[in-house]
Amino acid sequence: MPVALILFVLLFATAVIVARLKDLFAAAMLTGLFSLVSAGLFMWMDAVDVAFTEAAVGAGISTILMLGTLSLTARNENQQAFRWLPLVVVLVTGSVLIVGTLDMPAFGDPQAPAHQHEMYAGFITIAEEEVEHIPNIVTVILASVRSHDTLGETTVILTAAVGVFLLLGSRRRHAAAAPPEAEDSAEPRP
Amino acid sequence: MNDDPVARRPMRMREKLVLRVTSKALIPFILLFALYVQFHGDFGPGGGFQAGVIFAAGLVLYGVIFGLGSIEQVVSPRMVEVGVALGVLLYGGVGIACLALGGGPEGAGNFLDFNVLGGPAGTGVHAQGQHLGILLVELGVGITVSSSMLAIFYMFAGRGLPEEES
Repeated sequence: MPVALILFVLLFATAVIVARLKDLFAAAMLTGLFSLVSAGLFMWMDAVDVAFTEAAVGAGISTILMLGTLSLTARNENQQAFRWLPLVVVLVTGSVLIVGTLDMPAFGDPQAPAHQHEMYAGFITIAEEEVEHIPNIVTVILASVRSHDTLGETTVILTAAVGVFLLLGSRRRHAAAAPPEAEDSAEPRP
Repeated sequence: MNDDPVARRPMRMREKLVLRVTSKALIPFILLFALYVQFHGDFGPGGGFQAGVIFAAGLVLYGVIFGLGSIEQVVSPRMVEVGVALGVLLYGGVGIACLALGGGPEGAGNFLDFNVLGGPAGTGVHAQGQHLGILLVELGVGITVSSSMLAIFYMFAGRGLPEEES
């Protein structure tokens, strides 16, 4: 329990600091730290695969993309006058979410509705048949039992990449049409 | 043009000895770890998505330190474009293969029903079929994810180079 408490305090402190920082570079780095602490928290909850994804995507790639975006814009946030309305909206939404968690079953409760549903038992039964060859039940459920879902998710990633190509790719294609020039531009001379 | 701070940034990063040496020492292990996560996903935590992201992260690290030109010599933008589609094609292809192979006593095969990949239906090698199917499908996910991440990085980093506007 103390480990989770420490991680939650760290998570909360990071979130508050990110919200208050005006230096966007530091804020981007701290969101990476936020993801890393979240990954630790998922790890504590035994959700190893989720922690893995959070560490790789949240702390790794998305921080890089944020820094890449930052290099195209200003480094500091514009000074803005303090406004009450956004604070009220955030506080109300946050309180509603916290009130909502009060109805949730305790963490790891075997009597929780999600664990009582027959679909859950069905997944476990199917996965148990394969368990000798594929011990990781998460992989069995994602790749075999729910393989159609995963195909859909992969297609979503394909669609996202195609969208990025269409939105930002035209400039690169011009560069690719003239290879020697592209080489020059990508490697700036001293 | 080269006086632009954005265009000069990769150069400055490359000149830093500690960054250069550390990244060169780390990148092979990051890529190897990604392959481990990819092909060991059925035994331990991980799978295609995580492996793809880690693989892309290793390449992106190389690109951040040594510049976009260097990383594009390793993985060309064309390869990335092909890879994005190739992964989904592999995934769907496994599904079609299951459809085509499933002509046993149980009737027609089902899309992405890996059991038939282990051999003819009813021969008791379904677990091997599941194993092979999951491996191939996860490989497809890994290829698409790593290519997509690299594609997004190329596009974002490419916009930071003003010379390419011509």
